[in-house]
Amino acid sequence: MTSSISTLAFAAAAFEPKLPKLPDSPYFWMPPSASTTTANTDALYNFMLWMSLFFSVAIFSAMLYFCLKYRAKSRAANEFPEKTNDHSTILELTWSVIPLFVVVPLFVGGFKGFVSLRTPPKAAMEIRATGQKWKWLFTYPGLGTPDDALHVPVNTPVRIVINSVDVIHSLYIPSFRTKMDAVPGRYTDLWFKATQTGEFPIFCAEYCGTSHSDMLSRVVVHPPGGYERWLARTIAMADSLTGVDRGKMLYEKQGCSTCHTTDGTPKVGPSWKGIFDKTESMTVGAPMKVDENYLRESMMDPQAHIVMGFGPVMPTYQGKLSDKDIDGLIEYIKSLK
Amino acid sequence: MASPSTTADAVAPRSTSSADDNYLTHDKGVLSWIFSLDHKRIGVMYLCSVLTAFALGGFFALLVRTELLTPQRTIMDHDTYNQMFTLHGAIMVFLVIIPGIPAALGNIIMPLQLGAKDVAFPRLNLASYHLWIVGALFMLSSLAINAVDTGWTFYTPYSTTTSTAVVPAAFGAFILGFSSIFTGLNFIVTMHKLRPPGMTWFRLPLFCWALYSTALIQVLATPVIGITLLMMIVERTLHIGIFDPTLGGDPVLFQHFFWFYSHPAVYIMIVPAFGVIGEIIPVFSRKRVFGYKFIAISSLAIAFLGFLVWGHHMFVSGQSVLAGTIFSAITFLIAIPTAIKVFNWITTMYKGVIHLDTPMLYALAFLWVFTIGGLTGIFLAVMSVDVHLHDTYFVVAHFHYVMMGGAITAFMGGLHYWWPKFTGKMYDEKMGRIGATLVFLGLNVTFFPQFILGSRGMPRRYYNYLPEFQPLHVLSTLGAYTLGIGFLLTAFYLYKSLKSGKTAPMNPWGAATLEWQCSSPPPYYNFHKPPTVTAGPYDGYENLMYDEKIGGYIPRKTSAS
Repeated sequence: MTSSISTLAFAAAAFEPKLPKLPDSPYFWMPPSASTTTANTDALYNFMLWMSLFFSVAIFSAMLYFCLKYRAKSRAANEFPEKTNDHSTILELTWSVIPLFVVVPLFVGGFKGFVSLRTPPKAAMEIRATGQKWKWLFTYPGLGTPDDALHVPVNTPVRIVINSVDVIHSLYIPSFRTKMDAVPGRYTDLWFKATQTGEFPIFCAEYCGTSHSDMLSRVVVHPPGGYERWLARTIAMADSLTGVDRGKMLYEKQGCSTCHTTDGTPKVGPSWKGIFDKTESMTVGAPMKVDENYLRESMMDPQAHIVMGFGPVMPTYQGKLSDKDIDGLIEYIKSLK
Repeated sequence: MASPSTTADAVAPRSTSSADDNYLTHDKGVLSWIFSLDHKRIGVMYLCSVLTAFALGGFFALLVRTELLTPQRTIMDHDTYNQMFTLHGAIMVFLVIIPGIPAALGNIIMPLQLGAKDVAFPRLNLASYHLWIVGALFMLSSLAINAVDTGWTFYTPYSTTTSTAVVPAAFGAFILGFSSIFTGLNFIVTMHKLRPPGMTWFRLPLFCWALYSTALIQVLATPVIGITLLMMIVERTLHIGIFDPTLGGDPVLFQHFFWFYSHPAVYIMIVPAFGVIGEIIPVFSRKRVFGYKFIAISSLAIAFLGFLVWGHHMFVSGQSVLAGTIFSAITFLIAIPTAIKVFNWITTMYKGVIHLDTPMLYALAFLWVFTIGGLTGIFLAVMSVDVHLHDTYFVVAHFHYVMMGGAITAFMGGLHYWWPKFTGKMYDEKMGRIGATLVFLGLNVTFFPQFILGSRGMPRRYYNYLPEFQPLHVLSTLGAYTLGIGFLLTAFYLYKSLKSGKTAPMNPWGAATLEWQCSSPPPYYNFHKPPTVTAGPYDGYENLMYDEKIGGYIPRKTSAS
């Protein structure tokens, strides 16, 4: 009894939707560096920052100095400049070649960094990431239901295999300086080896419609042993929860909460509060009663019957929800009176 | 041979009968404008239309920036915000910056600079403007139906599945493409065939060189965006699978097609700006431009290399490492012709006699802002760094420094430089300087904080954002308001100059290019006598004298007349 209460309390705390917090950074320009993939990027970035500062100060001071030094008294004074060369092949070749010397090492450095970003170590642990409007879902080995946060162990190479079920998204982890598009119909990947424990934000970086800016998640980097404990606990919970509790968990974890509220305010989709047993008019065809069958159809074939006033944007959950999951969600919706 | 003499014959009687006869007064009535074949009138119509579109695009920008004052809802909802930034981008790119310098300023000035009486195909020129209007109406009709929300990039499969009015907007861009091709084609032929005696290629003003390079890109790249948008429309309406994976298509293919045009299009936007700056700096430094040939050829080099770098927009799209590497390497090469230009302009000012009038202030602002825009482009060309910065505010800041700070600043510089020639009126110089200063300050305050935001990880096209980003967003919005005030002030004094401005002299700035050798505004047929060119475009400043009575320059020898 006590254990089930504590599980529920844990569930409530864990499923509370929250904004990822941007961790304090020791740098002015960059977010904190929390993975092995940041070293190359940060070194090149800093080099270019100083290089840009040098060139802009040089150009701006020459420009301002010439303006002050050679400023005309007035048009009426009719001054003429002293004769200077209007061409110097040597000078011009010099400043054609200097940029070349600057950019070649930058290209080589960027290339090396990019190749290492794109080449995961063979032994890397794999986690699947799926982008959908407007939620990231992460699937772990051994865990049947996906999770909405990316849990990884510290100091372990992790390869994320990414795809999308609808439009293009992009998985972006600023603290790891890495990002990769999630493209429907193909797999892409990225990898990292986290070096700091804690939570770091994940953004969707490719514009994907209405709630693009709410498609946020977190990387949770666990201390040694923490990832395994988290996985075991989550698997146990995912198996044990039934009915309303299971529905409530899935509501948060499966992305339902991005579009459906439980307090009566319509968002991208209708609110779940009080919707059960109501008769709603549909965009096409006769009004329908929102019963168990309608709810099940809306999860499996969302575009079949759409409540008036909402768009055909929901992805299908066919194959992603088990019967137990669907029952749970229906029970949860029923409970929201 | 035949055409210059015809010009002289046709113009001679008219010019003796009335000294006031110019292209603005030559014919009367609305229809004489709408169906005018005169390149100057078409240019003026383009100019008015582009400025109207600029006001509209700017208004949307201010709405977007106002919404971003707070991390949550400020004045509009998610979807409206998405529509606003899409319209801002699409209007500014397709309706303002692409036609801004070539079709508006270039149409009026290029034939005059060349010493021609018109462009090679006046009817094609008018058709280009009419297509612009039709394209603009299509694009704006999307606003009335259910404004497009895809971003100006129209990425599939979002664009083929969203419920907003994508088809009219994309079709509008398709039509605008033809408008752009017509202008480009016309300019190429004009510069090849209508140069008067003595106007050799290396006596062409740098503005003409820039327009020539731009025209090559317009003609060669624009058909690709046309067919791409058409395929997207076909997929959306007829469900023929080209880009949408659920229909068997490939969404990344769209990005390749899109950037195959849109990267060269970046140079359609910025190369004409180089041309304007190349005119202003020598004239206001009273010196020949330094390294004329390097500047002229570097425009062509940029136009050529611009075709080979489109993949640098796609480093994180799943494109192969090898492709990314090649695109990155070629991208770095573009830094070289670009750097040459900036160094040559600065050197032109060395030991000059520098007049800091409004056009020169805009040129200096351009040098400042474009240097920052160019240097931050190098960050994005470095592949590993781009992985972090791609699709963040760093990119937004970079391309606004180049597009707004570069192309629009140069457009404003050109507008002020040639305004006396277009209208025959002088604007209030003091107000002009205040306006230029406000625009310069405004754009730095708006866009510099966005470099910091982007580096810290703020993705672009975000309606809500993490509260930690708010202070920099507020700063950026205040900068946008400053920009708005600067442009309103500019609109006010330019309008006022039309009503009560001083009459402009033939050559207020003491320039040596041919457009300043005809009256302000120019006569209908441009030149009473076909000009014979004996010197380069920046030669002979020492033969000009400033005359305080007329407020402009006159030839030194004949100052008595």
